[in-house]
Amino acid sequence: MNYIFVFLILISFICAIINGKMDIVIDEMLKSSQKAVEIALGLIGIMGFWIGIVNIAKKSGLIEIFSKAIKKPLLLIFPDLKNNNEAISDIALNISANALGLTNAATPFGIKAMEDMQKENPNKNNATNSMCTFLAINTAGFQIVPAVVLAILTAAGMNNPTQIIIPTLIVTSIAFISAIFFVKILERHFK
Amino acid sequence: MIKILNTLSIYILPLIITVILCYALYKKSPAYEHFIEGAKEGFNISIKIIPYLIAIIVCTAMFRASGAIDILQNTLKPILDYFHIPIETTILMVTRSLSGSATLGVLSDIINQSGANSYAAKLAAVITGSSETTFYVASVYFGAVGIKKFRHALLAGILADITGLIAAVWICSIFFL
Repeated sequence: MNYIFVFLILISFICAIINGKMDIVIDEMLKSSQKAVEIALGLIGIMGFWIGIVNIAKKSGLIEIFSKAIKKPLLLIFPDLKNNNEAISDIALNISANALGLTNAATPFGIKAMEDMQKENPNKNNATNSMCTFLAINTAGFQIVPAVVLAILTAAGMNNPTQIIIPTLIVTSIAFISAIFFVKILERHFK
Repeated sequence: MIKILNTLSIYILPLIITVILCYALYKKSPAYEHFIEGAKEGFNISIKIIPYLIAIIVCTAMFRASGAIDILQNTLKPILDYFHIPIETTILMVTRSLSGSATLGVLSDIINQSGANSYAAKLAAVITGSSETTFYVASVYFGAVGIKKFRHALLAGILADITGLIAAVWICSIFFL
């Protein structure tokens, strides 16, 4: 990210000199910073609403029920964790929270799951197969409701922003399945 | 088929909210208080991303104004056009594996520039909504327990990211074009 940030700005200055557009670039630089704050302020309402709703689910124990339901299928992906009940529970909670767009709530569960797996890891410096699988499916970012994205689209005035939910769900499922596929294939080749 | 799925899209949110509220009622859990508590957190999240938004929106705005994006556009145009990929979304494809907040910035920027109802905005939204920042997740989770050798985790994550990107381009062209 550091490189992208610096690179984009420096390239802009160089191109501005070549194209003789320095005045426009400086103007954009000042105006767009203002725009960034406006966008963030526009998010407050929808983000507040959604996190509020999901917090109800979290506090009433609904997320735990959901995570119990997905525990069995998860054991198919994590065969090594058959005897590590705590790890599989935390993984289930992590995936459930992520699925609802609760990234902040998901992270502590994820770290806890990693710690549970680390306890049974014979070599503390190397990631186990289960750890790699967990990480890979996490990076696929399975989400039922992409709350933040919906918030941004609504704030920008899109006509019925929920139209992106199904396409997003299909894509995220494909990414999720391919993550499992790749991690299972690759784990045989990395010792 | 697409029409049914589009209708389903609209009903998912009310359905989830109804289930959440009914369950809270059934459990006699104080829904209103928990809502307020969560809404506060939502407020904090919105405020927390401001610095990231400023960084990304300013540097991409400059990049665009300087004419640099035109050069990039002209070079990549034939390939991108073939797959119906709007040029604006290419930066997003790079940042989404690196930084979540930066990706939100780029998404806002695309919507800002192309309009909320444009194809670029929809594709960008699907790409953002269907991905997680691979490098961030890896550094947080492995960092937390002191794993130094990631083995195949990153490679699998990146391959899944690429698969997700291809899927996003494909699915969006079916739904929105």
